[in-house]
Amino acid sequence: MKQTYLILIKDLQQEFKTRYAINAILLFAIVTLSAVSFAIGTFTAGEQVLSALFWVILFFSSMSGLSHIFIREEETQTADTLKLVARPVHIFLGKFIFNLLLLIALEVVLVPLFIAVMNFQIAGFGVFTLTLFIGNFGLAGGGTMVAAIISKASAKGALFTVLSFPILLPVLISGISATKKAAEQGALSGAQNELQALLAYSVIIITASILLFDYVWNE
Amino acid sequence: MKLLAKNIVKRFGNHIVLRNISFEISNGKSLAIIGSNGSGKTTLIKILANLIAPTRGSVIYQQNGQTIPREHINAHIGLVGPYLQLYQELTARENLYFFARMRNIPDYQKRIAGLMETLGLKGREDDTVKAYSSGMQQRLKYVAALLHQPDVLLVDEPRSNLDEKGIETVYRLLQEQKERSILIIATNDSEDLQLADQTLKVEQA
Repeated sequence: MKQTYLILIKDLQQEFKTRYAINAILLFAIVTLSAVSFAIGTFTAGEQVLSALFWVILFFSSMSGLSHIFIREEETQTADTLKLVARPVHIFLGKFIFNLLLLIALEVVLVPLFIAVMNFQIAGFGVFTLTLFIGNFGLAGGGTMVAAIISKASAKGALFTVLSFPILLPVLISGISATKKAAEQGALSGAQNELQALLAYSVIIITASILLFDYVWNE
Repeated sequence: MKLLAKNIVKRFGNHIVLRNISFEISNGKSLAIIGSNGSGKTTLIKILANLIAPTRGSVIYQQNGQTIPREHINAHIGLVGPYLQLYQELTARENLYFFARMRNIPDYQKRIAGLMETLGLKGREDDTVKAYSSGMQQRLKYVAALLHQPDVLLVDEPRSNLDEKGIETVYRLLQEQKERSILIIATNDSEDLQLADQTLKVEQA
Protein backbone atom coordinates (compact mmCIF):
# COMPACT_ATOMS: atom_id res chain seq x y z
CA MET A 1 0.00 0.00 0.00
CA LYS A 2 3.02 2.28 0.40
CA GLN A 3 3.42 2.51 -3.39
CA THR A 4 -0.28 3.39 -3.78
CA TYR A 5 0.10 6.16 -1.21
CA LEU A 6 3.26 7.53 -2.88
CA ILE A 7 1.63 7.60 -6.33
CA LEU A 8 -1.41 9.37 -4.87
CA ILE A 9 0.80 11.97 -3.17
CA LYS A 10 2.79 12.47 -6.39
CA ASP A 11 -0.42 12.99 -8.39
CA LEU A 12 -1.78 15.39 -5.75
CA GLN A 13 1.49 17.37 -5.87
CA GLN A 14 1.24 17.62 -9.66
CA GLU A 15 -2.44 18.60 -9.49
CA PHE A 16 -1.76 21.16 -6.77
CA LYS A 17 0.82 22.79 -9.03
CA THR A 18 -1.15 22.72 -12.30
CA ARG A 19 -4.79 22.57 -11.05
CA TYR A 20 -5.73 21.23 -14.47
CA ALA A 21 -8.24 18.51 -13.55
CA ILE A 22 -9.93 20.35 -10.67
CA ASN A 23 -10.32 23.53 -12.74
CA ALA A 24 -11.70 21.58 -15.70
CA ILE A 25 -14.37 19.71 -13.75
CA LEU A 26 -15.42 22.66 -11.58
CA LEU A 27 -15.69 25.07 -14.51
CA PHE A 28 -17.62 22.49 -16.53
CA ALA A 29 -19.99 21.88 -13.61
CA ILE A 30 -20.65 25.58 -13.00
CA VAL A 31 -21.14 26.39 -16.70
CA THR A 32 -23.48 23.42 -17.22
CA LEU A 33 -25.45 24.22 -14.08
CA SER A 34 -25.85 27.83 -15.22
CA ALA A 35 -26.98 26.72 -18.68
CA VAL A 36 -29.52 24.27 -17.23
CA SER A 37 -30.77 26.87 -14.78
CA PHE A 38 -31.32 29.45 -17.56
CA ALA A 39 -32.96 26.83 -19.79
CA ILE A 40 -35.45 25.78 -17.11
CA GLY A 41 -36.19 29.37 -16.08
CA THR A 42 -39.32 29.60 -13.96
CA PHE A 43 -40.52 26.11 -14.89
CA THR A 44 -40.90 23.98 -11.77
CA ALA A 45 -39.19 20.67 -12.37
CA GLY A 46 -40.14 17.59 -10.38
CA GLU A 47 -37.81 15.34 -8.39
CA GLN A 48 -37.39 12.93 -11.32
CA VAL A 49 -36.19 15.68 -13.67
CA LEU A 50 -33.97 17.37 -11.08
CA SER A 51 -32.38 14.05 -10.06
CA ALA A 52 -31.64 13.26 -13.71
CA LEU A 53 -30.23 16.75 -14.32
CA PHE A 54 -28.02 16.48 -11.24
CA TRP A 55 -26.50 13.17 -12.35
CA VAL A 56 -26.09 14.30 -15.95
CA ILE A 57 -24.13 17.37 -14.76
CA LEU A 58 -22.11 15.21 -12.37
CA PHE A 59 -21.36 12.64 -15.08
CA PHE A 60 -20.28 15.06 -17.80
CA SER A 61 -18.31 17.25 -15.39
CA SER A 62 -16.40 14.23 -14.15
CA MET A 63 -15.78 13.17 -17.76
CA SER A 64 -13.93 16.44 -18.32
CA GLY A 65 -11.39 15.67 -15.60
CA LEU A 66 -11.16 11.99 -14.69
CA SER A 67 -9.18 10.97 -17.77
CA HIS A 68 -6.48 13.54 -17.10
CA ILE A 69 -4.75 11.28 -14.59
CA PHE A 70 -3.57 8.85 -17.30
CA ILE A 71 -3.50 11.20 -20.29
CA ARG A 72 -0.98 13.36 -18.43
CA GLU A 73 1.34 10.36 -17.93
CA GLU A 74 1.18 9.47 -21.64
CA GLU A 75 1.43 13.00 -23.02
CA THR A 76 4.39 13.95 -20.85
CA GLN A 77 6.08 10.59 -21.55
CA THR A 78 6.23 9.68 -17.87
CA ALA A 79 4.17 6.49 -18.22
CA ASP A 80 7.30 4.41 -18.88
CA THR A 81 9.09 6.13 -15.99
CA LEU A 82 6.22 5.12 -13.70
CA LYS A 83 6.20 1.57 -15.09
CA LEU A 84 9.83 1.19 -14.05
CA VAL A 85 9.17 1.93 -10.39
CA ALA A 86 5.62 0.79 -9.66
CA ARG A 87 3.51 -2.31 -9.96
CA PRO A 88 0.34 -1.95 -12.05
CA VAL A 89 -2.04 -2.61 -9.16
CA HIS A 90 -0.55 0.23 -7.14
CA ILE A 91 -0.70 2.57 -10.14
CA PHE A 92 -4.39 1.79 -10.61
CA LEU A 93 -5.23 2.19 -6.92
CA GLY A 94 -3.26 5.44 -6.58
CA LYS A 95 -5.00 6.96 -9.56
CA PHE A 96 -8.40 5.57 -8.55
CA ILE A 97 -8.13 7.23 -5.12
CA PHE A 98 -7.01 10.48 -6.79
CA ASN A 99 -10.12 10.42 -9.01
CA LEU A 100 -12.27 9.61 -5.98
CA LEU A 101 -10.93 12.71 -4.20
CA LEU A 102 -11.51 14.75 -7.36
CA LEU A 103 -15.16 13.64 -7.45
CA ILE A 104 -15.62 14.47 -3.76
CA ALA A 105 -14.17 17.95 -4.40
CA LEU A 106 -16.57 18.37 -7.33
CA GLU A 107 -19.56 17.34 -5.24
CA VAL A 108 -18.60 19.64 -2.35
CA VAL A 109 -19.07 22.54 -4.79
CA LEU A 110 -21.80 21.14 -7.05
CA VAL A 111 -24.28 19.82 -4.45
CA PRO A 112 -24.91 23.08 -2.53
CA LEU A 113 -24.92 25.07 -5.78
CA PHE A 114 -27.41 22.70 -7.43
CA ILE A 115 -29.68 22.69 -4.37
CA ALA A 116 -29.63 26.49 -4.19
CA VAL A 117 -29.94 27.28 -7.90
CA MET A 118 -32.46 24.57 -8.84
CA ASN A 119 -34.39 24.76 -5.55
CA PHE A 120 -33.93 21.02 -5.11
CA GLN A 121 -35.69 19.86 -1.91
CA ILE A 122 -34.20 16.66 -0.49
CA ALA A 123 -36.25 14.92 2.19
CA GLY A 124 -33.51 12.43 3.10
CA PHE A 125 -30.14 14.10 2.88
CA GLY A 126 -28.47 11.08 4.50
CA VAL A 127 -29.72 8.75 1.74
CA PHE A 128 -28.65 11.29 -0.89
CA THR A 129 -25.15 11.51 0.64
CA LEU A 130 -24.92 7.71 0.80
CA THR A 131 -25.96 7.51 -2.87
CA LEU A 132 -23.21 9.95 -3.83
CA PHE A 133 -20.67 8.18 -1.64
CA ILE A 134 -21.27 4.75 -3.21
CA GLY A 135 -21.78 6.21 -6.68
CA ASN A 136 -18.37 7.89 -6.46
CA PHE A 137 -16.67 4.50 -6.18
CA GLY A 138 -18.42 3.29 -9.34
CA LEU A 139 -17.72 6.50 -11.28
CA ALA A 140 -14.08 6.67 -10.18
CA GLY A 141 -13.49 2.94 -10.69
CA GLY A 142 -14.97 2.78 -14.19
CA GLY A 143 -13.63 6.21 -15.15
CA THR A 144 -10.08 5.38 -14.08
CA MET A 145 -10.04 2.12 -16.05
CA VAL A 146 -11.44 3.75 -19.21
CA ALA A 147 -8.93 6.60 -18.78
CA ALA A 148 -6.09 4.06 -18.80
CA ILE A 149 -7.47 2.47 -21.98
CA ILE A 150 -8.01 5.69 -23.93
CA SER A 151 -4.76 7.34 -22.82
CA LYS A 152 -2.92 5.36 -25.51
CA ALA A 153 -5.35 6.43 -28.26
CA SER A 154 -5.12 9.56 -30.39
CA ALA A 155 -8.64 11.07 -29.98
CA LYS A 156 -8.52 10.82 -26.21
CA GLY A 157 -11.08 13.42 -25.09
CA ALA A 158 -13.99 12.30 -27.26
CA LEU A 159 -13.26 8.61 -26.76
CA PHE A 160 -13.31 8.90 -22.98
CA THR A 161 -16.91 10.10 -22.75
CA VAL A 162 -18.14 7.77 -25.52
CA LEU A 163 -16.52 4.70 -23.95
CA SER A 164 -17.36 5.65 -20.39
CA PHE A 165 -21.06 6.22 -21.01
CA PRO A 166 -22.11 2.57 -21.57
CA ILE A 167 -19.76 1.36 -18.84
CA LEU A 168 -21.03 3.89 -16.30
CA LEU A 169 -24.71 3.73 -17.33
CA PRO A 170 -25.62 1.47 -14.36
CA VAL A 171 -24.24 4.13 -11.98
CA LEU A 172 -26.28 6.84 -13.73
CA ILE A 173 -29.54 4.85 -13.71
CA SER A 174 -29.24 3.70 -10.09
CA GLY A 175 -27.94 7.10 -8.98
CA ILE A 176 -30.84 8.98 -10.57
CA SER A 177 -33.41 6.60 -9.11
CA ALA A 178 -31.86 6.65 -5.62
CA THR A 179 -31.58 10.46 -5.67
CA LYS A 180 -35.25 10.77 -6.67
CA LYS A 181 -36.29 8.49 -3.80
CA ALA A 182 -34.04 10.37 -1.37
CA ALA A 183 -35.72 13.61 -2.46
CA GLU A 184 -39.27 12.23 -2.24
CA GLN A 185 -39.26 9.89 0.76
CA GLY A 186 -36.02 10.21 2.64
CA ALA A 187 -36.19 6.69 4.09
CA LEU A 188 -33.22 4.40 3.54
CA SER A 189 -35.51 1.45 2.86
CA GLY A 190 -37.05 3.29 -0.10
CA ALA A 191 -33.76 3.47 -1.99
CA GLN A 192 -32.41 0.14 -0.77
CA ASN A 193 -32.52 -1.63 -4.16
CA GLU A 194 -30.73 1.19 -5.96
CA LEU A 195 -28.06 1.48 -3.27
CA GLN A 196 -27.46 -2.27 -3.42
CA ALA A 197 -27.15 -2.08 -7.21
CA LEU A 198 -24.68 0.82 -6.91
CA LEU A 199 -22.64 -1.06 -4.32
CA ALA A 200 -22.60 -4.27 -6.36
CA TYR A 201 -21.59 -2.39 -9.51
CA SER A 202 -18.82 -0.53 -7.69
CA VAL A 203 -17.40 -3.73 -6.18
CA ILE A 204 -17.51 -5.50 -9.57
CA ILE A 205 -15.97 -2.64 -11.60
CA ILE A 206 -13.16 -2.02 -9.09
CA THR A 207 -12.34 -5.73 -8.75
CA ALA A 208 -12.40 -6.25 -12.52
CA SER A 209 -10.25 -3.16 -13.05
CA ILE A 210 -7.63 -4.34 -10.55
CA LEU A 211 -7.51 -7.76 -12.23
CA LEU A 212 -7.37 -6.43 -15.79
CA PHE A 213 -5.28 -3.31 -15.32
CA ASP A 214 -1.98 -5.12 -15.85
CA TYR A 215 -3.00 -5.99 -19.43
CA VAL A 216 -4.21 -2.48 -20.22
CA TRP A 217 -1.20 -0.76 -18.73
CA ASN A 218 1.51 -3.00 -20.10
CA GLU A 219 0.55 -3.23 -23.75
CA MET B 1 23.57 -11.14 -12.45
CA LYS B 2 23.13 -12.63 -15.89
CA LEU B 3 20.90 -11.52 -18.77
CA LEU B 4 19.82 -13.95 -21.46
CA ALA B 5 17.91 -12.75 -24.53
CA LYS B 6 16.59 -15.67 -26.54
CA ASN B 7 15.27 -15.38 -30.11
CA ILE B 8 13.54 -12.04 -29.56
CA VAL B 9 11.07 -11.10 -32.26
CA LYS B 10 9.05 -7.90 -32.13
CA ARG B 11 6.29 -7.15 -34.58
CA PHE B 12 4.15 -3.97 -34.75
CA GLY B 13 1.18 -4.92 -36.93
CA ASN B 14 2.66 -6.38 -40.10
CA HIS B 15 6.01 -4.72 -39.57
CA ILE B 16 8.70 -6.90 -38.02
CA VAL B 17 11.10 -4.65 -36.10
CA LEU B 18 13.33 -7.27 -34.48
CA ARG B 19 14.00 -10.74 -35.83
CA ASN B 20 15.59 -13.49 -33.70
CA ILE B 21 17.84 -11.41 -31.49
CA SER B 22 19.82 -13.54 -29.04
CA PHE B 23 22.67 -12.71 -26.70
CA GLU B 24 23.96 -13.41 -23.24
CA ILE B 25 25.75 -11.04 -20.90
CA SER B 26 26.82 -11.21 -17.28
CA ASN B 27 28.05 -8.93 -14.50
CA GLY B 28 31.03 -6.73 -15.26
CA LYS B 29 30.41 -6.86 -18.99
CA SER B 30 29.03 -4.28 -21.36
CA LEU B 31 27.26 -4.43 -24.67
CA ALA B 32 26.66 -1.78 -27.30
CA ILE B 33 23.60 -2.18 -29.50
CA ILE B 34 24.32 -0.49 -32.79
CA GLY B 35 22.33 -0.03 -35.97
CA SER B 36 20.90 2.60 -38.24
CA ASN B 37 17.86 4.77 -37.43
CA GLY B 38 14.71 2.66 -37.26
CA SER B 39 16.62 -0.59 -36.89
CA GLY B 40 14.96 -1.39 -33.55
CA LYS B 41 17.62 -0.39 -31.00
CA THR B 42 15.14 1.49 -28.83
CA THR B 43 12.56 -1.29 -29.14
CA LEU B 44 15.16 -3.80 -27.97
CA ILE B 45 16.13 -1.59 -25.03
CA LYS B 46 12.46 -1.27 -24.06
CA ILE B 47 12.03 -5.04 -24.24
CA LEU B 48 15.11 -5.56 -22.07
CA ALA B 49 13.74 -2.99 -19.61
CA ASN B 50 10.48 -4.93 -19.36
CA LEU B 51 8.54 -1.94 -20.73
CA ILE B 52 7.16 -3.81 -23.73
CA ALA B 53 6.77 -7.51 -24.31
CA PRO B 54 8.43 -9.27 -27.22
CA THR B 55 6.11 -10.89 -29.78
CA ARG B 56 8.19 -14.05 -29.50
CA GLY B 57 11.24 -15.07 -27.53
CA SER B 58 12.18 -14.24 -23.98
CA VAL B 59 14.34 -12.07 -21.77
CA ILE B 60 15.57 -13.84 -18.66
CA TYR B 61 17.33 -12.21 -15.75
CA GLN B 62 19.15 -14.57 -13.44
CA GLN B 63 20.75 -13.94 -10.09
CA ASN B 64 22.82 -16.70 -8.47
CA GLY B 65 21.42 -19.10 -11.06
CA GLN B 66 17.81 -18.29 -10.13
CA THR B 67 15.48 -16.64 -12.63
CA ILE B 68 14.11 -13.34 -11.33
CA PRO B 69 10.29 -13.21 -11.62
CA ARG B 70 8.98 -10.64 -14.13
CA GLU B 71 7.34 -8.49 -11.45
CA HIS B 72 10.65 -8.12 -9.61
CA ILE B 73 12.85 -7.34 -12.62
CA ASN B 74 12.35 -3.57 -12.44
CA ALA B 75 14.06 -3.43 -9.05
CA HIS B 76 17.27 -4.52 -10.77
CA ILE B 77 17.09 -2.21 -13.80
CA GLY B 78 18.11 1.40 -14.36
CA LEU B 79 17.14 3.03 -17.64
CA VAL B 80 18.12 6.30 -19.29
CA GLY B 81 16.50 7.20 -22.59
CA PRO B 82 15.19 10.19 -24.50
CA TYR B 83 11.62 8.81 -24.30
CA LEU B 84 11.79 8.45 -20.52
CA GLN B 85 10.80 11.74 -18.93
CA LEU B 86 10.74 13.04 -15.39
CA TYR B 87 7.80 14.93 -13.88
CA GLN B 88 8.21 18.43 -15.26
CA GLU B 89 6.01 20.23 -12.71
CA LEU B 90 7.84 18.72 -9.75
CA THR B 91 11.23 19.77 -8.48
CA ALA B 92 14.28 17.56 -8.98
CA ARG B 93 14.16 16.70 -5.28
CA GLU B 94 10.45 15.77 -5.42
CA ASN B 95 11.10 13.56 -8.45
CA LEU B 96 14.07 11.81 -6.90
CA TYR B 97 12.45 11.37 -3.48
CA PHE B 98 9.43 9.83 -5.23
CA PHE B 99 11.58 7.32 -7.15
CA ALA B 100 13.71 6.54 -4.09
CA ARG B 101 10.71 5.90 -1.85
CA MET B 102 9.03 3.81 -4.55
CA ARG B 103 12.18 1.69 -4.73
CA ASN B 104 12.58 1.51 -0.93
CA ILE B 105 16.11 2.87 -1.01
CA PRO B 106 17.52 3.24 2.51
CA ASP B 107 19.23 6.52 3.39
CA TYR B 108 18.17 7.95 0.02
CA GLN B 109 18.77 11.62 0.87
CA LYS B 110 22.50 10.96 1.18
CA ARG B 111 22.61 8.94 -2.04
CA ILE B 112 20.71 11.65 -3.93
CA ALA B 113 22.97 14.40 -2.59
CA GLY B 114 26.05 12.42 -3.68
CA LEU B 115 24.78 11.75 -7.20
CA MET B 116 23.54 15.33 -7.67
CA GLU B 117 27.01 16.57 -6.76
CA THR B 118 28.74 14.06 -9.05
CA LEU B 119 26.55 15.08 -11.97
CA GLY B 120 27.03 18.79 -11.34
CA LEU B 121 23.48 19.51 -10.25
CA LYS B 122 24.16 20.44 -6.63
CA GLY B 123 22.25 23.55 -5.62
CA ARG B 124 19.52 23.02 -8.22
CA GLU B 125 17.59 20.38 -6.25
CA ASP B 126 14.61 22.63 -5.59
CA ASP B 127 14.18 23.86 -9.16
CA THR B 128 11.33 22.34 -11.13
CA VAL B 129 12.47 19.96 -13.85
CA LYS B 130 10.92 22.19 -16.52
CA ALA B 131 13.34 24.93 -15.46
CA TYR B 132 16.27 22.61 -16.27
CA SER B 133 17.98 22.75 -19.65
CA SER B 134 17.80 19.61 -21.81
CA GLY B 135 21.38 18.71 -20.83
CA MET B 136 20.61 19.12 -17.13
CA GLN B 137 17.49 16.99 -17.54
CA GLN B 138 19.65 14.28 -19.12
CA ARG B 139 22.02 14.43 -16.13
CA LEU B 140 19.03 14.22 -13.78
CA LYS B 141 17.84 11.11 -15.62
CA TYR B 142 21.20 9.51 -14.81
CA VAL B 143 20.71 10.40 -11.13
CA ALA B 144 17.25 8.77 -11.19
CA ALA B 145 18.54 5.67 -12.99
CA LEU B 146 21.51 5.15 -10.67
CA LEU B 147 19.70 5.86 -7.38
CA HIS B 148 19.08 2.21 -6.54
CA GLN B 149 22.49 1.00 -7.77
CA PRO B 150 20.96 -1.17 -10.50
CA ASP B 151 22.40 -4.54 -11.47
CA VAL B 152 21.61 -3.74 -15.11
CA LEU B 153 21.95 -0.25 -16.56
CA LEU B 154 20.34 0.35 -19.94
CA VAL B 155 21.22 3.59 -21.68
CA ASP B 156 19.69 4.69 -24.96
CA GLU B 157 21.86 7.38 -26.58
CA PRO B 158 24.23 8.00 -23.64
CA ARG B 159 25.46 11.43 -24.75
CA SER B 160 22.09 12.84 -25.79
CA ASN B 161 21.92 16.63 -25.05
CA LEU B 162 25.11 16.56 -22.97
CA ASP B 163 27.94 19.07 -23.24
CA GLU B 164 31.59 17.97 -23.17
CA LYS B 165 31.84 18.15 -19.39
CA GLY B 166 28.58 16.22 -19.08
CA ILE B 167 29.81 13.53 -21.45
CA GLU B 168 33.04 13.21 -19.47
CA THR B 169 31.14 12.86 -16.17
CA VAL B 170 28.67 10.39 -17.60
CA TYR B 171 31.42 8.28 -19.19
CA ARG B 172 33.21 8.10 -15.84
CA LEU B 173 29.98 7.04 -14.12
CA LEU B 174 29.24 4.45 -16.79
CA GLN B 175 32.76 3.01 -16.52
CA GLU B 176 32.28 2.67 -12.75
CA GLN B 177 28.85 1.15 -13.23
CA LYS B 178 30.24 -1.32 -15.79
CA GLU B 179 32.63 -2.78 -13.23
CA ARG B 180 29.88 -3.77 -10.83
CA SER B 181 26.94 -4.48 -13.12
CA ILE B 182 25.76 -5.13 -16.66
CA LEU B 183 25.89 -2.09 -18.92
CA ILE B 184 23.95 -2.03 -22.19
CA ILE B 185 23.97 1.03 -24.41
CA ALA B 186 22.15 1.72 -27.66
CA THR B 187 24.01 4.16 -29.81
CA ASN B 188 24.83 5.48 -33.25
CA ASP B 189 27.95 7.22 -32.05
CA SER B 190 31.21 5.34 -32.64
CA GLU B 191 32.81 7.10 -29.65
CA ASP B 192 30.35 5.36 -27.33
CA LEU B 193 31.78 2.01 -28.39
CA GLN B 194 34.74 2.57 -26.05
CA LEU B 195 32.30 1.84 -23.22
CA ALA B 196 31.44 -1.59 -24.60
CA ASP B 197 33.19 -4.97 -24.47
CA GLN B 198 31.01 -6.37 -27.23
CA THR B 199 28.64 -5.08 -29.88
CA LEU B 200 25.34 -6.31 -31.23
CA LYS B 201 24.26 -5.00 -34.59
CA VAL B 202 20.53 -4.83 -35.19
CA GLU B 203 19.38 -4.36 -38.76
CA GLN B 204 16.03 -3.47 -40.23
CA ALA B 205 14.13 -6.74 -40.51
